[in-house]
Amino acid sequence: MIFVLGRLGQAFLVLLAAALVSFCLFRFVGDPVNNMTGQAASLAEREAMRAALGLADPVVLQFVRFVGKAVHGDFGMSYRFGQPVAGLVLERLPATLELSVVSMLIATGLGLPLGVWTALHRGSRLAQAVLAVSLVGIALPTFLIGIVLILVFSVRLGWLPSFGRGDTIQLGPWSTGLLTGSGLRSLVLPSVTLAVFQLALILRLTRAEMLEVMRTDFIRFARARGLHRGAIQYRHGLRNTLVPVVTIVGLQFGNVFAFSIIVETVFQWPGLGLLVIQAIQFGDIPVLAAYLVLVALCFAVINIAVDLFHLAIDPRIRISGGARGAA
Amino acid sequence: MSALLSVENLRVEIAARDRRLTAIDDISFTIGAGEILGVVGESGAGKSVTGTAILGLLEPPAALAGGRIAFAGRRIDTLDEESMRRLRGKEIAAVFQDPLTSLDPLMTVGEQLVETMLTHLPIKRKEAFARAEDLLRMVGLPAPRERLQAYPHALSGGMRQRVVLALAFCCNPRLIIADEPTTALDVSVQAQILDVLRRMCRENGTAVMLVTHDMGVIAEATDRVAVMYAGRLAEIGPTRALVEEASHPYTRGLMASIPSLTRRRDTLVQIPGAMPRPDAPVSGCAFHPRCPSAEARCRSERPPAFAVEASQVACWLADPARRSVSA
Repeated sequence: MIFVLGRLGQAFLVLLAAALVSFCLFRFVGDPVNNMTGQAASLAEREAMRAALGLADPVVLQFVRFVGKAVHGDFGMSYRFGQPVAGLVLERLPATLELSVVSMLIATGLGLPLGVWTALHRGSRLAQAVLAVSLVGIALPTFLIGIVLILVFSVRLGWLPSFGRGDTIQLGPWSTGLLTGSGLRSLVLPSVTLAVFQLALILRLTRAEMLEVMRTDFIRFARARGLHRGAIQYRHGLRNTLVPVVTIVGLQFGNVFAFSIIVETVFQWPGLGLLVIQAIQFGDIPVLAAYLVLVALCFAVINIAVDLFHLAIDPRIRISGGARGAA
Repeated sequence: MSALLSVENLRVEIAARDRRLTAIDDISFTIGAGEILGVVGESGAGKSVTGTAILGLLEPPAALAGGRIAFAGRRIDTLDEESMRRLRGKEIAAVFQDPLTSLDPLMTVGEQLVETMLTHLPIKRKEAFARAEDLLRMVGLPAPRERLQAYPHALSGGMRQRVVLALAFCCNPRLIIADEPTTALDVSVQAQILDVLRRMCRENGTAVMLVTHDMGVIAEATDRVAVMYAGRLAEIGPTRALVEEASHPYTRGLMASIPSLTRRRDTLVQIPGAMPRPDAPVSGCAFHPRCPSAEARCRSERPPAFAVEASQVACWLADPARRSVSA
């Protein structure tokens, strides 16, 4: 319990730091009052506006106000759309979340078993081939994979759509593309593109960790105990492999979520990435600030989830965290 | 009495880049039912490799290259992996050197015991747990019922080695290969562990191959001793005979190098030189470059094992032809 509280405290600090950075964005890109008033505005008018916007207050007070509003989901108005930022972000969030979750499912669902398999069949030709291909997956830039997939499956074969999300269904505030045929078809290419690098990474990491674990003394002792091969490989080998692998999968999920920008651009996927690219081009600071805080929140949540997983699987953490244990 | 384990002309080779190195060079010995055989020698003499070969756990690049190993009248070096697995942990158990790394860190002590028993014995989970508790009590672990739920990291080195002993004994094996079971432990704990091992063997009639480089352990715990040198057997015989009047110059050197409390010397006695490595084998008797009594014959001809009373000695000094001449 102390352990969980500690982690929550850390997450809170991380979010605060992210909020500070977003807050600073506003101050580094010029004076908003200059942007909002015309050339003709007098100094007095400007000062009046400054006071009305609360920009005359001490910086600390401004920051506190910013954080207080952010907690309530209020990041102000987009310069470009003239709409509340929170609404814009929430509208785009489902597209990006669905894309990142599906590609991480593909990457983990294939990468983990393949990693285990290549570790257990170290010498075989097929395993060597899988490893060689995975190296290509690591080396190829994501945008290239996306373009090649579009060329093959959309342009040449015409099987799958090359851009957009297809039809979506509104479930309360959530618009999902997972329930329609065209939504699912649209999801295939971008999610595969996004998954390739992660798949290769997870595969190679799992293989390396599994090989490491299979060399340990307790695996040798498990063999000396005459346990079945399956029990040694999975109950002892894989379980010990999972601890570091889950950490990386969690962090990579954060990366996929935060940096799906390239894939969203290539496939014109109406998600956060696209929104952010456009916000950068237009200097739409409130959107960028909100995005920054959201990404930080996402990483914080994932980190806590990974920690909870470790807590569940690895008894050594339970002790060091000060929780109960048979010491 | 027919031997429980008989090793005949065992050879183990290690495949190096361009040639095959000999790790075990034609050794033969037997272990009777309930007998404790000590195996001593310097690091790299082949003690552990011999134990590993008996367990059928040699891993590439090491492999059996000749000879036969029979257990309870049945040849086991040619068994397939599955038959050997059934034998391991049930008939032939093992205790390894480092108790800190022999246990799976993610599994409770009780689970590891129960898992081993369920693999080999026709008993139910509940009975296995009851037996696990009894075993922990027998190896002298305090509060055995609570310890069943403990993870290895919560136990000290000595306690973990007790758990490893419980694992070795859990299926009532007829032979235990104990590879340096006390070397990694605190000196004060070594005697306790040795005591548990000896007591449980006497109670259950279990034979032990006790690999060690500690002459004190040999003198204290074993019935017979095999002295290994450079992958060969130098001498094997009753412990008492070897400790009191060894026939092989190497054994004599070993005995003389034990520091004595009663005979004080200013310097520690040592055998000059170093043991030949497998990649630079020596002609004739492997010990001749360091032997104080070496003669021309020792350099060219390898001595066979001569019987000297109850011992077997691989040294030309023990040649009966020669002894009758000198007598």
